[in-house]
Amino acid sequence: MNFNLSEEQNMLKDSVARFVRDEYDFDSRRANAASELGFNPANWQMFAELGWLSIPFDEAHGGFGGGATEVMAVMEEMGKGLVVEPFVATVLMFGGLLNKSGNAALQDANIEKIIDGSLQGSFAYLERQSRFELADVKTQAKRDGADFVLNGEKTVVSNGMAANKVVVSARTSGEQCDEAGITLFLIDTDAPGVERTSYRLMDGQLVANIKLTDVRVVGDHVLGDVDKGYTLIEAVVGDVIIALCAEAMGIMQKLNTTTIEYTKTRQQFGVAISSFQALQHRMVDMFMAGEQAKSILYRAVCAAESGAEDLPKNIAALKVMIGRNGKLIGDEAIQLHGGMGLTDELDVGHFVKRLMMINTTFGDADFQQKKFNRLTYSD
Amino acid sequence: MDITFSAEELAFRDQVRAFLSESWTEDLASRINGRSGDYKAAQIEWQNKLSAKGWLAPGWPVEHGGVDWSVTENFIFETERSLAGIPDVVPFGLKMVAPVIYDFGNDEQKKRFLPRILKNQDWWCQGYSEPGAGSDLAALKTKAELDGDDYIVTGAKIWTTYAQYSDWIFCLVRTDSSGKRQDGITFLLIDMSTPGVSVNKISSIDDHHSLNEVVFDNVRVPTANRIGEEGKGWTYAKALLAHERTSIAAVADSKRKLRELRDLLAQEVSGGRPLSEDTQFQNRLSNTEIELMALEYTELRVLASTADGKGPGVESSLLKIKGTEIQQGIQQMYMDLAGYYSGVIHGEDTAETIGHAFGHSARQAYMYGRAATIYGGSNEVQKNITAKYVLGL
Ligand SMILES: Cc1cc2nc3c(=O)[nH]c(=O)nc-3n(C[C@H](O)[C@H](O)[C@H](O)COP(=O)(O)OP(=O)(O)OC[C@H]3O[C@@H](n4cnc5c(N)ncnc54)[C@H](O)[C@@H]3O)c2cc1C
Ligand SMILES: Cc1cc2nc3c(=O)[nH]c(=O)nc-3n(C[C@H](O)[C@H](O)[C@H](O)COP(=O)(O)OP(=O)(O)OC[C@H]3O[C@@H](n4cnc5c(N)ncnc54)[C@H](O)[C@@H]3O)c2cc1C
Repeated sequence: MNFNLSEEQNMLKDSVARFVRDEYDFDSRRANAASELGFNPANWQMFAELGWLSIPFDEAHGGFGGGATEVMAVMEEMGKGLVVEPFVATVLMFGGLLNKSGNAALQDANIEKIIDGSLQGSFAYLERQSRFELADVKTQAKRDGADFVLNGEKTVVSNGMAANKVVVSARTSGEQCDEAGITLFLIDTDAPGVERTSYRLMDGQLVANIKLTDVRVVGDHVLGDVDKGYTLIEAVVGDVIIALCAEAMGIMQKLNTTTIEYTKTRQQFGVAISSFQALQHRMVDMFMAGEQAKSILYRAVCAAESGAEDLPKNIAALKVMIGRNGKLIGDEAIQLHGGMGLTDELDVGHFVKRLMMINTTFGDADFQQKKFNRLTYSD
Repeated sequence: MDITFSAEELAFRDQVRAFLSESWTEDLASRINGRSGDYKAAQIEWQNKLSAKGWLAPGWPVEHGGVDWSVTENFIFETERSLAGIPDVVPFGLKMVAPVIYDFGNDEQKKRFLPRILKNQDWWCQGYSEPGAGSDLAALKTKAELDGDDYIVTGAKIWTTYAQYSDWIFCLVRTDSSGKRQDGITFLLIDMSTPGVSVNKISSIDDHHSLNEVVFDNVRVPTANRIGEEGKGWTYAKALLAHERTSIAAVADSKRKLRELRDLLAQEVSGGRPLSEDTQFQNRLSNTEIELMALEYTELRVLASTADGKGPGVESSLLKIKGTEIQQGIQQMYMDLAGYYSGVIHGEDTAETIGHAFGHSARQAYMYGRAATIYGGSNEVQKNITAKYVLGL
């Protein structure tokens, strides 16, 4: 039994940590987020050269063949730098869907381009009404000969503006909230009938609403099986939740150390405020929240690596704890920084906003707790 | 990252399971867990079985009767024991005073005390706390003054668990009040039958007699019963704390209780529906279960780090706090499940005559369970320690 990373995994983690240290101070991060695409394309090329974009893909496609552990190692360090480059959207989500789609032709046509950095992708799953229900899909896909014709609107699409291609969930049969009857289509964002509107999120992401008006998709641009896209979504979203939670763990560690350092230097009443027991105990609570989050992350990663039967339950538990503990750490970090915690100039508020966005993504703590309850107590 | 046990470790687990399932009987369970009148006899009967197997004191050095278990094997044993609902051995002799004796005692003391502890012939209790010395243990005042080859001990210890059963008490006493408080403390072993020792019962809110006051009125204790040097008692007591780490988080125990609680929830109804369908209960269960799932891995992280020879990492500091919070959360849920019956005082009545059997024991567990965040270094004191030594505040 051990929780050590292998030498190769450690090298990977170190390389991301080095990048964050050398290229990603807070001002650069701010500039990257504010740029036209919502990230810095030069960084993306660097990621390609460093091999990071190949991590989850099979060696047959020129990938690194990494699993949940490698992804965790990378994401934890990216979290510490609040990296805005769309590693999750393009590589893990879009790439993950391709990876598990079973569609060899689409894999051959796209994975190498993801790896070399020339293809940006995204997954458009959300609609105005759907909140956290991945199966709530109104967007329609109708057969027309060998093609499908898509109509509807997808909202808050991560990396939606930079994406060259997007995987869209659309309904090919069934009722609005049925898991059955959802199909995943790969579309080009410059295809006729695709219209995008972009806006920003509190964590610096540039996202888009994508309107689809009679968008024609050839029949073999389907990922997974027709009507059975939901299973594929669930599997890949599970992987991505683990990745996002690893990012959150990096952020929590960063907030904890930042807060401790601040209280040691901030003087009030003639002493460092770190000498007040009321604050010490709160920092211990933050520390414990962070360590427990790390433990449950390791648990989920181990379950994913071993293909454990109760993986979905572990992922739900992970997401609940990351959401709740992230909130505790975020709120306390601001509180212990006093007025400074309210300033936009300090990085603390930005780390907190990213944690809040991670909590929301793919279902917040309350939603995930209901799911956990269903998986655990309803059998 | 690899959380699997080796083939040898799995074989060892099977061996432990086989032994426990054949040795731990219904009869022992009801007498020990039910805290019946012959609790002491039942506990000794069980510990004798462990002793005969050679597993009573696995943590001791082999030369004194311990077993050469690895950190992982010890963990497996503790886990299996807890999952089977078997309480820990009484720690005062086996886990508290014995390590002090074999680490710091002289050969005479080792020969005199260790074999008797290993055969359950002496029942020990711990005399540290005093009315004026709780969390701040170094404030202790019980005085020991040299008189020839004896110390004359005067003072009082309090909260002494099972002093009423004990043959011996190990005490921290003050032999010097002039310098630094910690430097005037001496570690003494005192025979409870010595004239001048009296034990006064303290009734506790769980309706069970475990607590006592032990009063020393000019009690004559031979210097041969002093461990190590005079004035070094504090150092020995602190070293002992390192031995106390085992299963402090009580993860396996909480897992078992949570499982039992879920079974009970499925049997009990509210408005004709099983309580297990109640969303409030489900949320409370999952709040606790998720913390426990995390704590299980926190404990494995500590274990892996220790087995690796790196010693427990910083995460070990939260085992006690989180572990006790989870235990108390589970006890609270049992109480709420019992409803009116949480208030029932049973006596000799059965579920047949009263209605339900679990209320009384749920309350006892809940009431006694309050102590878990107070003793062994209260949770507030744990936070002080973590703040200082882990966070560097
Ligand atoms: C939105 C906003 C608007 C404001 N507007 C005004 C304004 O219009 N005019 C004005 O004059 N000021 C204003 N303030 C300042 C406000 O009064 C201070 O922020 C407040 O007094 C706290 O001081 P501080 O920010 O320096 O935090 P600090 O005093 O440095 O406190 C930092 C942390 O330490 C804790 N702490 C400090 N001392 C102790 C102690 N003894 N024991 C335990 N914990 C302690 C605090 O609770 C806090 O969590 C404003 C602040 C904010 C956030
Ligand atoms: C059921 C039970 C069994 C026991 N068995 C034994 C035994 O067998 N032998 C033995 O020697 N002792 C025993 N004890 C005593 C136990 O070790 C003490 O209760 C413990 O050390 C706390 O001391 P106290 O009760 O005097 O509380 P106090 O030290 O007076 O604490 C009261 C409250 O103040 C808090 N507090 C104290 N100091 C600080 C601080 N610096 N910062 C913040 N908060 C603080 C505590 O956390 C607690 O909440 C037992 C206790 C119980 C409850």
